[in-house]
Amino acid sequence: MPPRTLVAALLASLLAGPALAGKANDTLVYASDSEPENVSPYHNSAREGVILARNCWDTLVYRNTKTGAYEPMLATSWKWVDDTTLDLVIREGVTFHNGDALGPEDVAFTFNYVLTPEARTVTRQNVDWMKSTEVTGPHSVRIHLKQPFPAALEYLAGPTPIFPAAYFKKVGLDGFAKAPVGSGPYKIVSVDSGRGVKMERFAQYWAGSPLGTPKIGKLEFRVIPDGESRMAELMTGGVDWIWRVPSDQADQLRAAPNITILNSETMRVGFLQFDTLGRAKENSPLKDVRVRQAISYAIDRKAMVDNLVRGSSRVMNALCFIDQFGCVDQGVMRYPYDPAKAKALLKDAGYPNGFEIDLGAYRERDYAEAVIGYLGAVGIKARLNYLRYAAFRDTLRSGKVSIGYQTWGSFSVNDVSAFAGVYFRGGEEDLTKDPEVIADLQAGDSSTDPAKRKEAYGKALGRIASQAYALPMFSYSTNYAFTSDLTFTAQPDEVPRFYAASWK
Amino acid sequence: MLAFTLRRILVAFAVAFTVAVASFLLLHLSGDLATSIAGPDASGPQIEQIRRDYGLDQPLLTQFLAWGWKALHLDFGNSFYFRERVIDLLAARLPITLYLGVIALAVALLVAIPLGVLAAVRRDTWIDRLALSVSVLGQAMPSFWFGLTLILVFSVNLRWLPVSGNATWKHFVLPAVALGYYAMPAVMRLTRNGMLEVLSSDFVRTARAKGLPPRKILIRHALRNAVIPVIALAAVQFGFMLGGSIVIEAVFSLQGLGQLAWESIARNDFPVVQAIVLVLAMIYIALTLAADLLNAFLDPRLRQ
Repeated sequence: MPPRTLVAALLASLLAGPALAGKANDTLVYASDSEPENVSPYHNSAREGVILARNCWDTLVYRNTKTGAYEPMLATSWKWVDDTTLDLVIREGVTFHNGDALGPEDVAFTFNYVLTPEARTVTRQNVDWMKSTEVTGPHSVRIHLKQPFPAALEYLAGPTPIFPAAYFKKVGLDGFAKAPVGSGPYKIVSVDSGRGVKMERFAQYWAGSPLGTPKIGKLEFRVIPDGESRMAELMTGGVDWIWRVPSDQADQLRAAPNITILNSETMRVGFLQFDTLGRAKENSPLKDVRVRQAISYAIDRKAMVDNLVRGSSRVMNALCFIDQFGCVDQGVMRYPYDPAKAKALLKDAGYPNGFEIDLGAYRERDYAEAVIGYLGAVGIKARLNYLRYAAFRDTLRSGKVSIGYQTWGSFSVNDVSAFAGVYFRGGEEDLTKDPEVIADLQAGDSSTDPAKRKEAYGKALGRIASQAYALPMFSYSTNYAFTSDLTFTAQPDEVPRFYAASWK
Repeated sequence: MLAFTLRRILVAFAVAFTVAVASFLLLHLSGDLATSIAGPDASGPQIEQIRRDYGLDQPLLTQFLAWGWKALHLDFGNSFYFRERVIDLLAARLPITLYLGVIALAVALLVAIPLGVLAAVRRDTWIDRLALSVSVLGQAMPSFWFGLTLILVFSVNLRWLPVSGNATWKHFVLPAVALGYYAMPAVMRLTRNGMLEVLSSDFVRTARAKGLPPRKILIRHALRNAVIPVIALAAVQFGFMLGGSIVIEAVFSLQGLGQLAWESIARNDFPVVQAIVLVLAMIYIALTLAADLLNAFLDPRLRQ
């Protein structure tokens, strides 16, 4: 190579930017602020993990986003043998990203593995309704349930993806986390901790999948911690798609050319969870129902929705997302904004001058700060302890949080068992362990009669509200902001379906 | 010189040992280690098993020696959060931070030293005051704000440089300027003061009396002497930059050590925090030692 050409080549390589995002490169780059601790869908409870799971793994059942009906996916058909036995026929001709054929052994392995203690499944609440799964024929499996669980299909249509048994046994969880394999529309090409995940369209994705054939060639998930930087990246074309844009920034972005803003309500509901057993603090004031009610009256949730959250958010009264099955809102105690009443209740409880308390949070810091402001107005001095989700979850589980500013997206499961059950059915995140509530939730989860389920859930949700074990805040809405080259539709379940997106 | 060197090395070792003890204790003050390693789902017997397996039931001194021996071999255990060895995480992130630090230091020195000389030569003129206000501004502006302003001007409006990431050299320009700006005030003021002192000294007067050209006096005689303390300061500033790049790395989404430290603190990932503290402290100690020795070599008066 003559020197001049060499210099020219060097210069060109220096001046050439990184692999660019966008239509020209057929690469959709999406950014979010954090990453799942482990890419395996059963080993993280981060929303970014759910997005990867839904775009890169298939499930047995598909829930039609328009009709809500359950349709075949990896299972071509299913039949309830009795209340606790479900037979499924597994589709032939589906291959994993590594070329292995998907069969009933993979289904049985996945479900049995995630129930073992060694698997250390993080999303236990999504799988612990199953007792075991057995292969019953060359194309069929049988799932045995612990007890009747009418929402089973909803779970099989969501947070229960199928792993390749042979590959997983070979590489183990650690190997799988670095080089995961699924059977979904996109395959994961690389996982780079701290940076993100690169994906490619899976060329051998099975024809006839209800998800359709993906139209965009490559996906890239980038972790960009700073909100302003995410916005700047979008404006300069470094990133094509961002979400959870605060409403004031969304207003600014609306004025920018070539950017589309989409606001959509999600199933995510924010709530304050109280340490009612007083584990975090000796003689915790939160043991007193009057104090918890006072906090509930002290916060103007309507004003927060109107001024801070905006978009299509709604104030919630029962501890669930209002459109979920069994989310009974009627007859549940209301806590309108009433600071005078809050002060009176505090005085009654023996705290006329308020008290000091800690408040843990992990998401929208401004919402938590607004709550702290309202508490301050009635004399309660709350200190914010702001952590990353996994750390927040662990400190809460170990009883070190007095008031937790929680949010829960129910793993996009459209059934109340996925919400109230996580926090009040006696599990690790149950800070109250009220036997009455636990019994009602269990009755609701295991009854096969929809009317009886609703009645049981209504009782449980009513007691959670009247005892003020938790204060539901509001449903979240999210502002999606993306390049106008992109056709993208949002779903309330907060799962961006990039396999259905396309370039204009 | 030998005695001085030995004395300095001894001090460096003492500091390194203190830091090692502190960073070892950091992990143990963070709560029950066995419970953390076992994870939230573990049962009592499982936690006890881990306590035995990891030697956490041993006396603290035994644990410290075992830990120190491993740390000397760069074995810091596994991250609580990622299922990866801490040393692998560090190896992936440290070069980015070092690269950023070197460029930022170069930016700071290339701007601050000439500015300091200029301010000294044109003492009490508008140039001096301008240089002073630039340096005051540098110390007063929050770094995230300065970083975002750079993004707004050079990335969003002018479209000259990328916003975030570390894919090419272009990605390092804005963060290096943002980070380097904070080292500038100190370097500039030290250069200015040093120059003022040297310019009023006898040997400069002699040089002037000999009729040497002013430029030669300035560069050969004055700057060479005035810049000695700047070397030490630059080493210290480099250490500050390695530790202080946390905010800059977050703003520009550079996956360096600073961001890893910041995220690990938020995730309660203590083994990683501990290793970062230790590694950064060691680099800092090594830099300070090198600066001391270099200074002593250049200026014999310091060896006393």
